[in-house]
Amino acid sequence: MIVVLIFWPLAAALLLFAARPARVKQWAFVASLIELLASLILIFRLDKDGSVQFVTRIPWIDSLGVDFYVGADGISVLLVLLTTVMVPFIILSSFDHPYQKPHSFYGLVLVMQMALVGVFTARDGFLFYIFWELALIPIYFICLIWGGDNRAKVTLKFFIYTLAGSLLMLVGLIFLYLHTPQTHTFNIQELYRVGHSLSATQQGFYFWLFFVAFAIKMPVFPFHTWQPDTYTEAPVQGTMLLSSIMLKMGVYGLIRWLIPVLPLGVHQWMFTAIVLSVIGIVYGSAIAIVQKDFKRLIAYSSLAHVGLIAAGVMTLSKIGIQGAIIQMISHGILVFALLYIVDIIFSRTKTRIISELGGIRSQAPLLATVFTVVMLGSVALPLTSGFVGEFLLINALVKYKMALGSVAGLTIILGSVYMFRAYQRSMLGESNSLTRVFVDLSRREKIVLYPIVVLIIVIGIYPSPVLSISESAVTNLLQIVSH
Amino acid sequence: MNALYIICGLGVASLVTELLNLKKWLIPFIVAGIAVAVAILFRDWNSSVHYFHDMLIFDNVAIEFSILIGGIAFFWFWMAASYFHEETHVTDQAALVLFVIVGAFILTSFNNMAMLFLGIEILSLSLYVLAGSKKDSLLSNEAAFKYFLMGSFATGFLLMGIALLYGATGFFHLDKISAYVIAHPGGMPVFFYAGVLLVIVGISFKVSAVPFHFWAPDVYEGSPTVITALMATVVKVGAFAAFFRLIAYCFFPVQSSYHIILLVIAVLTLVLANVTAVYQSNVKRMLAYSSVGHAGYILLALVSGGAAAGNTILYYLAAYSVATLSAFGVLIQIEFRSHSSNADIFDGLFKRNAFLAVVMTIALLSLAGIPPLAGFLGKYLVFSLAMQNGYELYVLVGVVTSLIGVYYYFRVIVAMFFKAPASEPLTTSFSLKLLLLLLLALNLALGIFPNLVLVL
Repeated sequence: MIVVLIFWPLAAALLLFAARPARVKQWAFVASLIELLASLILIFRLDKDGSVQFVTRIPWIDSLGVDFYVGADGISVLLVLLTTVMVPFIILSSFDHPYQKPHSFYGLVLVMQMALVGVFTARDGFLFYIFWELALIPIYFICLIWGGDNRAKVTLKFFIYTLAGSLLMLVGLIFLYLHTPQTHTFNIQELYRVGHSLSATQQGFYFWLFFVAFAIKMPVFPFHTWQPDTYTEAPVQGTMLLSSIMLKMGVYGLIRWLIPVLPLGVHQWMFTAIVLSVIGIVYGSAIAIVQKDFKRLIAYSSLAHVGLIAAGVMTLSKIGIQGAIIQMISHGILVFALLYIVDIIFSRTKTRIISELGGIRSQAPLLATVFTVVMLGSVALPLTSGFVGEFLLINALVKYKMALGSVAGLTIILGSVYMFRAYQRSMLGESNSLTRVFVDLSRREKIVLYPIVVLIIVIGIYPSPVLSISESAVTNLLQIVSH
Repeated sequence: MNALYIICGLGVASLVTELLNLKKWLIPFIVAGIAVAVAILFRDWNSSVHYFHDMLIFDNVAIEFSILIGGIAFFWFWMAASYFHEETHVTDQAALVLFVIVGAFILTSFNNMAMLFLGIEILSLSLYVLAGSKKDSLLSNEAAFKYFLMGSFATGFLLMGIALLYGATGFFHLDKISAYVIAHPGGMPVFFYAGVLLVIVGISFKVSAVPFHFWAPDVYEGSPTVITALMATVVKVGAFAAFFRLIAYCFFPVQSSYHIILLVIAVLTLVLANVTAVYQSNVKRMLAYSSVGHAGYILLALVSGGAAAGNTILYYLAAYSVATLSAFGVLIQIEFRSHSSNADIFDGLFKRNAFLAVVMTIALLSLAGIPPLAGFLGKYLVFSLAMQNGYELYVLVGVVTSLIGVYYYFRVIVAMFFKAPASEPLTTSFSLKLLLLLLLALNLALGIFPNLVLVL
């Protein structure tokens, strides 16, 4: 089942080359819809007992003990679903962009999807690493070929930065691999067992090999310096892929490949990691307040949000991890919507500078309403999806250390400052020459944004189905840690 | 061994075709001949036949490296077919290349120091001539001259070393030298160790390890590009096969005497070559330094694994050669049009010819060690082997140099996809397209199904 989910996007990417250039985007959309339907089957057939299901295990490189070993528990299924839901939206949102060489563009998006699904389902360390790296290639080329003016330098920095982290993780994986009994293996259960048998000092050392890789991907302060520039220079669909799905790879890595593997190491360094994440929250929000460019503002707000998620995960508590999972989904949806709104504004006014906008609401009430919902979601107003996640996360942090929790709580206040300010300056006030004639949402934009609004509100009001999918998987995970 | 005869025969035959005026059919004939030779090598698997009083042993190590060399030679002739079309001295040059391959075959299978010397000389002498085969180009002349001078020095070291080994043990055969050393623990005279070092230095010249690499960039740049491709692949594989054979079959018992030196050479090669590559504006020079850098990874495997490194080295060389050949295949095409090998000839290649750009990108990604391409698994095997033997620190050096590698490989990629095209679109012949596709498939196949090589 999962094998199909992994390889269908790849096959589709190749099939796309048979399509006529003008039709490529439609076919890409269809392909991603098929993927979405297939992934829905996972949800319906999933037993919520926290076990690993839909397992496929094929010997791959015998001599190295590497298997093609994939499977999913509740956590994986939710993230796979996030991927398969967001990719069709991202493709649909690109319809108004006349990308040159559309075959390559949509092909790369689909390959990216393949790698992401692979990352979220791999249960063999080597396979995980392959998918992890594979996700980097398409996004790099998407940014390099279709990005902004300054992209060459920025994307190279992004690539080398993340590759540095990945290679450290590779070294860490090889370490663990060499500790497994002869005819070594990368099997995740075996790595869990081996990780537990290591001394606290060793675990503390290996912790950093993995943590740096994940921290760069998310990114956690101070490993974030690639992020704002890359988000700004990437084409808008690239930024969507990066922020709405790809940064979840880092969080997922923490949950699946760090915490259960090196519990003692995590205990040793969790305080440091949480402090770094909380610094990221405050730092990201504070800088977001002074941003002039809307896309940069979103980049920094993303830094703040993911900091909170990472901090919650590192508390090693059930509500922390559950909160992180639902917040990942919520953030994926919200940041996509924000980026799309900015893109809509940009397509009408050719600017992303917030201060040059104003008075859009009077021209485009629908856009303004959608923006309101999305904004309320991202400042975590109750009854929006953002609230559930942030509430659980801050709750977990408060339980861990009151002081850290209260600092992290600033994210909501600071978040409201920059979001409301951005809203006020762009939507309200006097309209100027740029915004005087502002066409409201087109039909296609409605098709994209309305379901998003519904999702934000539905998850906000009734989050328990989502929470229940991952609940027992998280319990199992924490059991492995406490053993 | 039969494969060796066939290649020799092909070399002689190609000289004869000049007389018989069959030049048109020469290259297809050679390609077919090499294919037959490779097939015979496959058949010889597990036979381990000894020739000439054990001077050559075609054991499995020899056969697998020979197959690799034969395979590369097959693709190389295919790639160079168009180059040979324009040359007036087709037959001489083809014969010389075939003799290079003969030398390389001997280097994979020698069991006698005299054979090592012969192999290196057959290989090198042909290469000296080939490097200077663009007679009207000053750079080509300089390349040949430099290569010859440096190469003779290296050979001198090698011979001196062999003489010292003989003096200390009374044997030329690898297995007998090593048996003698084991039989006299602690009892070897100092000049035996001097001999070991001199031989290692001599071979280090041939694999262009730092600090014996100074010839490489100039020779790579000056030689005709097809010949550079030959040097970067066939010659490298042959030299490393010889290095591995020496270490694994002969010097391993005295590992402690040369271990530190080899380690220093490996680290220097990794760091200096990769750092210097960043500053190159000529693609051929960049590829030269990158090939020196890759020698560093192989040396790291050799130092840390010793006799157990055979498979890793073989895989690494296969991955490296496939990627290097496709990179040179593209480079030759572009260079042919722009008559230069400066980095800017790659500007906007994606718009000029997307196929070539994609092939080049995949080749460079593989060289940079990005999964799921073969280059990644090669690096993984090296790192894994080194860590298994407690060389974690050196693996970190390797990690850093890989990142530097990404920087200079990606500069070419950026130029291809980002910059505005410098000139009109490029067309490629069907034969070249097929060749590059095959190499690309091979690159992916090696990366995704490495079992094909690793089970050996």
